[in-house]
Amino acid sequence: MDYQPLWLTLKLALATTGCLLLVGIPIAAGLAKNKSKFKPFLEAVISLPLVLPPSVLGFYLLLAFSPNNGLGKFLESAFNLRLVFSFPGLVISSVIYSLPFMVHPVQAGLEALPRSLREASQTLGKSSWQTFTQVLLPNIKPALLTGTILTFAHTLGEFGLVLMIGGNIPGVTKVASIAIYDEVESLNFSEAHRYAAILLVISFVILLTVYFTNKRLSKQKLPI
Amino acid sequence: MIRISIRKKLHLAGGKGELNIDAELSDFSFTALYGPSGAGKTTLLRIIAGLLQPEQGIIEVNGQTWLNTAKKINLPSQKRNIGFVFQDYALFPNMTVQENLLYALPPKAERSKIKSLLTTMGLQNLAQQKPELLSGGQKQRVALARALVRQPQILLLDEPLSALDNTNRIQLQNELQNIHQQHQLTTLLVSHHVPEIFKLAGWVIQIDAGQLIKTGTPNEVFGIHTHHEGIALTGEVVTLLLGNIEVLTAYGLISIKPSAQTVGLAIGDKVTIHAADLSLVKLS
Repeated sequence: MDYQPLWLTLKLALATTGCLLLVGIPIAAGLAKNKSKFKPFLEAVISLPLVLPPSVLGFYLLLAFSPNNGLGKFLESAFNLRLVFSFPGLVISSVIYSLPFMVHPVQAGLEALPRSLREASQTLGKSSWQTFTQVLLPNIKPALLTGTILTFAHTLGEFGLVLMIGGNIPGVTKVASIAIYDEVESLNFSEAHRYAAILLVISFVILLTVYFTNKRLSKQKLPI
Repeated sequence: MIRISIRKKLHLAGGKGELNIDAELSDFSFTALYGPSGAGKTTLLRIIAGLLQPEQGIIEVNGQTWLNTAKKINLPSQKRNIGFVFQDYALFPNMTVQENLLYALPPKAERSKIKSLLTTMGLQNLAQQKPELLSGGQKQRVALARALVRQPQILLLDEPLSALDNTNRIQLQNELQNIHQQHQLTTLLVSHHVPEIFKLAGWVIQIDAGQLIKTGTPNEVFGIHTHHEGIALTGEVVTLLLGNIEVLTAYGLISIKPSAQTVGLAIGDKVTIHAADLSLVKLS
């Protein structure tokens, strides 16, 4: 059995989760603090990947990344970077696709904290950054864990988007879900079975970990 | 000397209103902010702390301007040297008691200060505990100790004792009194508990629906004062029985026989008892 698609899936999930921790937490913090009338608009944009068929998102991203169009052309001429059918392209698309899975739990966690915690830190002379990193974030650990693990698990299961943006290049963009499709197409059911079973077990174990850990960390339900 | 002059739109229980307060607090005074729920007491405290901004206002503390909306000056909370004790204590759940205090310590300050504060507040045995394991009275002590770490100029207390039982309440009142004297603080306490105000405060600011009603010593605000019809005593109706109306005054409960004037009174009404209502009997 070729393990490369599984490694690639793992690499993609780790890269996506890492990027989303960097991108998703500031967005969640911004939304939790935001009281403007544009907030529902921003929330709707971030939640879009939840309801949109992955092929729709994939189609638009493909157009955007294409070297024949504006953004893709600019990236290629300025940085010699081509995102279509490449691993970095997959990571960027996955980050967009899994954004709500990180933002929603973290935003809900921050919004559930009493306002007085932030204010107390302010009256003790601490900056917004100190307040955020030393008071707010440490008190939403269950939400951070949920966001991290759900993002990871969701990326493991991507198919439509990966196919649109990455295609099926072994070692570059052929992740496990694509490999299953590939094996089924060539009527190689036993190989497909192996990939499928491994993905099933990994996903189940991950979700089980979330629920067990959250039960231990706090009695709160998953904020999604 | 602390000078406060504030105008801010309020959402009151009975619709929209305005907080309209001009007041002065002298140095090292202990002032109580008294009034019914929703009168704007907490709002005023939050404005002084810099957690809320009024439409118009001036706050000057010992000659330093903290807020002047006309001159567009508004010091952030971080730069106002205050200690704020929140009604829900606002202890950081991820830190132990000692860490909560250490967090408040300014970068170059002596760590030994934390130890002495823990000792004076009777918290040394709880230093390594997380806040969730503490009782209400203990949490309150930690919140107070944490507010004192920065040696504030003003201590702002938002109904800090309202959730405590009587024993704890009295004990903490005594501690507040000691802290106020030892640390030479100007203290502003939100309270609607008249006996507590009598015990702790030297000055009372009474507000209702955002408006300043009266300022003065507790005796002047709650006690016997000269009324245009003679001597009168202010209080609040606490029970209405057929035979008697009980009024809580600064001097305890006073029972009054119902009369034509008392028809329509409800529990919670503010009333004045006139000397003419009370009968006199000569002691033999």
